[in-house]
Amino acid sequence: MASAPENQKTIELVNQNLAKRYRAEKRFRAYGIASIGFGLLCLLFLFTDIIGKGHTAFLTTYVKLNVELSTDALDIYDVNDPQQIAGADYQGVLKKALRERFPEVTGRRDKRALYGIVSSGAGFEIRTLIEQQPELLNTTLDLWVLADDDYDTYYKSRSSDEGAYTGRFNEKQISWIETLIADGAVEKRLNTTFFNAGDSREPEQAGIRGAIMGSLFTLLVTLALSFPIGVASAVYLEEYAKKNKFTDFIEVNINNLAAVPSIIFGLLGLAIFINFFEMPRSIPLVGGFVLTLMTLPTIIISSRAAIKAVPPSIREAAMGIGASKMQVILHHVLPLAMPGMLTGAIIGMAQALGETAPLLMIGMVAFIVDVPGSISDPSTVLPVQIFLWSDSPERAFVEKTSAAIMVLLGFLIIMNTLAVWLRKRLERRW
Amino acid sequence: MFLGLLVCFEIRQTLTEGFAKRTQRLPKSSDDNQENFWRIMDTSTLIATLALLIAAAYVMGRGRSMELADTSQGGFRNLNSLPFYYGMLTALWCGIPSLFLVGVWMTMDTSVIDMLLIKQLPEEVAAMPKSELGLVLNTIKNLAEGNMLGSAPEPYMAQAADSLKRLTQTSQMAMTVLAICLGMLLAVFSWFRISPEQKARLQVEGAFKAILLACSCLAILTTVGIVFSVIFESMRFFQSVPVSEFVFGLHWSPQMAIRADQVGGSGAFGAIPLFVGTLLISVIALIVAVPTGLMAAIYLSEYATAKVRSIVKPMLEVLAGIPTVVYGFFAALTVAPLIKDSGTSAIDFLNIQFEFLNIQMSISSESALAAGLVMGVMIIPFVSSLSDDVINAVPQSLRDGSLGLGSTQSETIKQVVIPAALPGIVGGVLLAASRAIGETMIVVMAAGLAANLTANPMESVTTVTVQIVTLLVGDQEFDSPKTLSAFALGLMLFIVTLALNYLALHVVRKYREQYD
Repeated sequence: MASAPENQKTIELVNQNLAKRYRAEKRFRAYGIASIGFGLLCLLFLFTDIIGKGHTAFLTTYVKLNVELSTDALDIYDVNDPQQIAGADYQGVLKKALRERFPEVTGRRDKRALYGIVSSGAGFEIRTLIEQQPELLNTTLDLWVLADDDYDTYYKSRSSDEGAYTGRFNEKQISWIETLIADGAVEKRLNTTFFNAGDSREPEQAGIRGAIMGSLFTLLVTLALSFPIGVASAVYLEEYAKKNKFTDFIEVNINNLAAVPSIIFGLLGLAIFINFFEMPRSIPLVGGFVLTLMTLPTIIISSRAAIKAVPPSIREAAMGIGASKMQVILHHVLPLAMPGMLTGAIIGMAQALGETAPLLMIGMVAFIVDVPGSISDPSTVLPVQIFLWSDSPERAFVEKTSAAIMVLLGFLIIMNTLAVWLRKRLERRW
Repeated sequence: MFLGLLVCFEIRQTLTEGFAKRTQRLPKSSDDNQENFWRIMDTSTLIATLALLIAAAYVMGRGRSMELADTSQGGFRNLNSLPFYYGMLTALWCGIPSLFLVGVWMTMDTSVIDMLLIKQLPEEVAAMPKSELGLVLNTIKNLAEGNMLGSAPEPYMAQAADSLKRLTQTSQMAMTVLAICLGMLLAVFSWFRISPEQKARLQVEGAFKAILLACSCLAILTTVGIVFSVIFESMRFFQSVPVSEFVFGLHWSPQMAIRADQVGGSGAFGAIPLFVGTLLISVIALIVAVPTGLMAAIYLSEYATAKVRSIVKPMLEVLAGIPTVVYGFFAALTVAPLIKDSGTSAIDFLNIQFEFLNIQMSISSESALAAGLVMGVMIIPFVSSLSDDVINAVPQSLRDGSLGLGSTQSETIKQVVIPAALPGIVGGVLLAASRAIGETMIVVMAAGLAANLTANPMESVTTVTVQIVTLLVGDQEFDSPKTLSAFALGLMLFIVTLALNYLALHVVRKYREQYD
């Protein structure tokens, strides 16, 4: 027992320090809140930055021109010949319309700059129009045509606080577009090209459909391979494998593969599939192979957890009424573990969808305009498309890139929500 | 079973289309498509036929077992196994060998055909070095595909193209006939073997187990594949560049000189600048991620209410789910300019206010700081969820004891919880480091290409992964040290990340305090 004066002294000592200790406590707590705040702030900043840059890409600028669709100007002699209709000089008609709209423009260089107002792909739109409605030939009408990306960027940035982005424009070009705007001949419309077209060097004609289809095919191959193989190996490891060196070896391998950087899988794909088996580059099939190897550990680990969660009593009951091992697994364990395994598979697929580096190695980074139609067509995937566009010097690609990122994040959010929903909905607590 | 079918079909499809695509990226003409279409149809009809055959085998085997059970002595009771197993057994006998044959045939046939083709070529052509021979073969294959080349082909090439067409057709036909015959033969064989005494169930379950085992061995195969592909190519690289020069060299410039007098093609393969760059960016990332992640985990597991936790934790984990290419874009287009602008104006301000300082520093627009910061943000949830787990694993009794002695909550955390959880936290940090070292897209997009040997975070550095990507993207020949050096870098990366993972596991296992 301590004596009374000593006790007093301890309490005084404690009290002396108490305020300081409480301050330290408060500080510590504040550090914690600050860390979480920093993390959430980064998230917010990232999202607002991307959405702020990308939302404009869903609209695109159209210019109204008075176009004379005469057969003479189009070089069509025979209206019934589809080949002539297809090969007619639509861009020339647009140029003529521009010349008539701005008659004061003379000189070769100025004229060329003037023609740049409309997109080089605008002619195709008129072609489609004529092919659908041939009766429009030899009429003069007001047509809305796709504007070039520079004018698109200018028009979109006009109302912003920083003032319009003029980029490479000279005074004349600005005056043309301002005249058009003053006439109400410029308009923003929903950008359908972005969702319907493949890649292009011209920002206003570039779209993500090719990349989305490439991602879809790649993911299909990945899912078709990694889910059955992953489930099969999880079943083996949980239900059959005896505790021995070999099983340990398999487990060590799986755990290691889960931590190997993804680019190493790209090296593997390059050396084995491309170089050794001489498979073609840039196709979703090989991409799917590589991503399968990459996502397998994720799927095996989550499937094993799901199988482990099925209580042994189920197995024993099934065995007790005479089921064989295979019947126990196929009729009882797998159906009960399926929700957990599906959740793992979706998370693995989300991981595969966002993966870029290994696909760069196997050449899915090529510039491909056509929308792929099968798993053996050269294609690119959404994250690689983002990478490619982010490297492009044109300013208009920044908003396209951000918009593609928004689409990618949208897919990821849908997949993860699905996984969470599936887990909540179907998971059984024993 | 159907998976196997799909895979085999697709492999074949790509192999047949391969040459055309590899040699010519242009949009293909319609005739060409037509021809490919027929070839694919051949294989797909073969696979479909095999699938039908397998299904038929199942039905027949099942039927025969039931018939035997009926005709011999009263019903299923006398069968060793259920009819399903007899059907399955017949189907397996029919399917596995024939599909295996198709698979092997498809992987082998191009090389065998190439060999046969080379034998037919004139001697002086066949004696050419390997790379030129490859060119000749490609030309012949283009001819056989019907792609006319610019100049008229030499007569021996046209001849070879013809024989290539013949060989391909023969191979295709032989494969079809052999696979179907084999399938039918084995199906009939196992059909005849069906008897009530046959232990069909055991055999089918044995096959089931074997298939499962094969699937789980894929993980081993992948590791072996990684190790071999990386080591094999690295060995070839180390034949031309000594290991010591690679590991200890201070100069990295993989551009090989094609002519002797070429400027800038020194072909130096000293990887130290890359290692330093990787380390610099990873250290910056860890400086951001470790304190933030750790404090967030502590707050969430020790202070936050269950409700706050259930909202904040998933939100932080969203950071981990964002693809790295998005972070790369963010780092390159938003963070790097921000750092450059604010840094430059800060230096200007300092120089104006305190003239004696006279700071001479320029900030690169591809600074290591930008890449490192963004990478750190990416790793925060990784650190926080790993530390969260270990902090939660510290038993409550320890906290109660410390609180009971009168310490405040933060003192409990600092002096009791953290020391108890330290091995797990260290393990988590090591895993985060391995993650940072292997991260690719952020650095490819936000860090530079120039291999500067510097520790200044404002300068541009390059990393191992950036170099691997730049060396291997695009067309490359597999015999130049420039390409092969990427594999040597890959080997280094693999070894380092493996060592870090092993170390993390070891730390956790060895120093973990057991409280139970």
